[in-house]
Amino acid sequence: MLSQPEFLRLLFGRLTLDSIPYHEPILVATFAGVALGGMAVLAALTYFRLWGPLWRDWITSIDHKKIGVMYIVLGVIMLLRGFSDALMMRVQQAVSFGDAVGFFPPHHYDQLFSVHGVIMIFFVAMPFVTGLMNFVVPLQIGARDVAFPFLNNFSFWMTAGGAGLVMVSLFVGEFARTGWLAYPPLSGLAASPDVGVDYYIWSLQVAGVGTMLSGVNLIATIVKMRAPGMTMMRMPIFTWTALCTNALIVVAFPVLTAVLALLSLDRYVGTHFFTNDLGGNAMMYINLIWIWGHPEVYILILPIFGVFSEVVSTFSGKRLFGYASMVYATVVITILSYLVWLHHFFTMGSGASVNSFFGITTMIISIPTGAKIFNWLFTMYRGRIRFELPMLWTMGFMITFVIGGMTGVLLAVPPADFVLHNSLFLVAHFHNVIIGGVVFGAMAGITFWFPKAFGYRLDAFWGKCSFWFWLVGFYFAFMPLYVLGLMGVTRRLSHFDDPGLQIWFRLAAFGAALIALGIGSFIVQLVVSFLRREALRDITGDPWNGRTLEWSTASPPPAYNFAFTPVVHDNDAWSDMKRRGYSRPLDGFIPIHMPKNTAAGFVLAMLSTVCGFALIWHMWPLAAMSFAALIVSSIVHTFNYARDFHVPAEEVARTESARTLLLAGHV
Amino acid sequence: MAFLRAKRTMAAHAPLVIRKSGVLSVLASAALLAGCNTVLMKPSGDVAAQQGHLIVVSTVLMLLIIVPVIVLTFFFAWRYRHSNANAAAHYQPDWDHSLQLELVIWAAPLLIIIALGALAWISTHTLDPYRPIGRLDARRPFAANVKPLVVDVVALDWKWLFIYPEQGIATVNELAAPVDVPIEFRITAESVMNSFFIPALAGQIYAMPGMETQLHAVINRAGSFRGFSANYSGAGFSGMHFLFHGMSAADFDAWVAGARATGGALDRAAYRTLAAPSADEPVHRYATVESGLYDAIVERCLAPGQMCMRETMSRNGGEPMAMLPASAPSTAATPAPAAVRRE
Repeated sequence: MLSQPEFLRLLFGRLTLDSIPYHEPILVATFAGVALGGMAVLAALTYFRLWGPLWRDWITSIDHKKIGVMYIVLGVIMLLRGFSDALMMRVQQAVSFGDAVGFFPPHHYDQLFSVHGVIMIFFVAMPFVTGLMNFVVPLQIGARDVAFPFLNNFSFWMTAGGAGLVMVSLFVGEFARTGWLAYPPLSGLAASPDVGVDYYIWSLQVAGVGTMLSGVNLIATIVKMRAPGMTMMRMPIFTWTALCTNALIVVAFPVLTAVLALLSLDRYVGTHFFTNDLGGNAMMYINLIWIWGHPEVYILILPIFGVFSEVVSTFSGKRLFGYASMVYATVVITILSYLVWLHHFFTMGSGASVNSFFGITTMIISIPTGAKIFNWLFTMYRGRIRFELPMLWTMGFMITFVIGGMTGVLLAVPPADFVLHNSLFLVAHFHNVIIGGVVFGAMAGITFWFPKAFGYRLDAFWGKCSFWFWLVGFYFAFMPLYVLGLMGVTRRLSHFDDPGLQIWFRLAAFGAALIALGIGSFIVQLVVSFLRREALRDITGDPWNGRTLEWSTASPPPAYNFAFTPVVHDNDAWSDMKRRGYSRPLDGFIPIHMPKNTAAGFVLAMLSTVCGFALIWHMWPLAAMSFAALIVSSIVHTFNYARDFHVPAEEVARTESARTLLLAGHV
Repeated sequence: MAFLRAKRTMAAHAPLVIRKSGVLSVLASAALLAGCNTVLMKPSGDVAAQQGHLIVVSTVLMLLIIVPVIVLTFFFAWRYRHSNANAAAHYQPDWDHSLQLELVIWAAPLLIIIALGALAWISTHTLDPYRPIGRLDARRPFAANVKPLVVDVVALDWKWLFIYPEQGIATVNELAAPVDVPIEFRITAESVMNSFFIPALAGQIYAMPGMETQLHAVINRAGSFRGFSANYSGAGFSGMHFLFHGMSAADFDAWVAGARATGGALDRAAYRTLAAPSADEPVHRYATVESGLYDAIVERCLAPGQMCMRETMSRNGGEPMAMLPASAPSTAATPAPAAVRRE
């Protein structure tokens, strides 16, 4: 028989009461805040009797629109977490000079920058992008849902499960202290024996499965489910970029899964893929992770380029200039993104010819990207530009992104990179393209499609506040980092000796405070818009005089999206329909075949998350049980034959005639 | 070759472009940067100076296209705003194609990238850290009879060990070299990756366990310059910096003599003690260094009876010799394949 400590050890693995960081006041206060907030939410859900609707209409929903919204909500929640890490870093670097050591010892600070990077890329930028694609793509191509609706729900909950593991690491144990890509040997067992790197591995593994499957799903949707008449070269540009991005996801994410699996073998069973001794080689990890990592950058930015294309064309009231060259540029970027990964480590001792090759392929990417910028410019040319919120974000992007692109090409010149690599110049560069590109684009996309999702527009005043705080805050936060980089200051330092640097860090901290106001304004904007929703109501379904099919249906669209599948004759299908005097069909409705909600995705994802948690803490019995449960549940789910149903023709008729009444009342 | 030479001329002319175009923003930012200590723009070693120059030339080349784009963005946004009745007369909602414009749109960035790509190709080869220094600075060629100073660099948790094999001394967190003498760094690490970087001297190169990287550089001015690890390596990373002293030949000899007179002995046992993790390590020196120590660090066979990597690889049926650089000095250890390279 096992003694009691041995038994506890078997059950709980490495998890003991000492793993809870109750000796760190910052974490305890955060935990108190989170617990209070969480209890308030739970109480509100109970009080307003929302558990049922939450379960039926959201958690088990396989409706692509709701899943899209849930991705964005996840992104916003994680943005708050990732940004508070950023604020803490900016405060630490602004005060930790000479004798002052700041608020965070290295043990804590090193987790801050690691978790900030992981959250912002995997659990903010990715959910924003995936959410937009999920919501918009089926509507744009005239489909009723994605190709595999259940898989879509499963993908979302896997992503949410991964995010959950990162959040748990805040209060149970700790996160990796390795930087966001966890380079070995630092992330190996010898240098990082504790649970931080395991949290990193399993949160990304769980979320990575979700991302990968959602990539498969959207490719199948775009390839197989376009409305009749929508040839490849008539697809809206956002759908094109979504197609390319998902192709990138499907090719790149298995590499991430494989490299993390190898790292976990090193950590769990004592193999030597990336160790210093016995034939291991850390450079193999660094190559592999960047073979995923560089396409990842384009996975984020390509759909955002699509968002800007839609926005520029809509708010200039013009067809997109150079549609074909836009498509070719996107495809060229997709292919080239696989030929540049080595530029992340020019300084690792490759030969001059190898470095030159990867430097030049990197520069070549700027040609199609430049062509895109020019295409947007000439879409504005001879247009009638309405500076609504999405267009403001787009303008902010066009100015900011070219600067980030320029510093990126500069970093692609290998000898320049030898002095700029890992410096704050590099940090400024990638925030310049990720904030100036992905974040601004996500905000443009959210404000653009919000009325479609919820039936009312977002409040313009608070939206403008958010935009200007973000824009000015960005320049204050990151231009000083460019200067610091040129002063030879490297990244990830938690303490400085040279007081001459402090003024620049204080400027950057001020910028971060402005960005905080920008994020705050966005939250206020959501609340104010909800309160003023009657005044902001979009009755027509087409609040911006849109050009693509999503604007042809109601806001919010009925579950089946389109009562009749539209037929497409032109690139800007809805513009074309409006011009030719399209009138909504008012009768002749037929039953619509739709997928049925299921809890299977949620259950499988939660079991995966529990399995991940058990593996992190070496709770072997729990890991084995949850893994077995995972397999059994997925087999049981295959026997679920009640997967679809027909919306009766009468119900379609009812929904559509309600809209007819609404439209008549509006005119 | 003619092509490359043509591009070389182009690169050489690029500074003229600065003067000619007189782009205000360049001047403004130059003035701003001159105000603070931007070591990358005003370094003291020839390699870093060329790298800094390359940053300026590349930036100017790119501004040729970036500035018009930004100006056009503002101009179009203003000119074609919805409320502008004059522009409304020119409204062309269906205009979406122009072959001439598309050609320009693709050709303009292409031309810039051809120029920049040629510049990158040439400079990457001339400034390859593995390539011995060819000149002292822009005006002075390198006299063939000057013998380079060899320094073996080991990144430890979290301090720098510098071994001078020819002088027989070693130092921790302090580096010195005579002015205008080429320096040949051979770089490795004990446990995790770091990056060896002295911004005033030359670009950085990674320091990796079980591998050896190289850096060739020369310091042109006497003075003390900051060096540090430019790749995050764990808890003591922020304190992992040192001073690099450029000295006259006489001062350097005196400095070496000082180390010989005051320091202890760096043998394998002392190295083990030193290698134990410690943060903010003060400067100290060793008068003697056990022979073969650096090679054993690279080969990871410090402990008695531990098999060196060279031996492991040959036992595993690999052919480590085939991966050796043809011109590798006989004293150099056999680094693991990844860091070894050479045409």
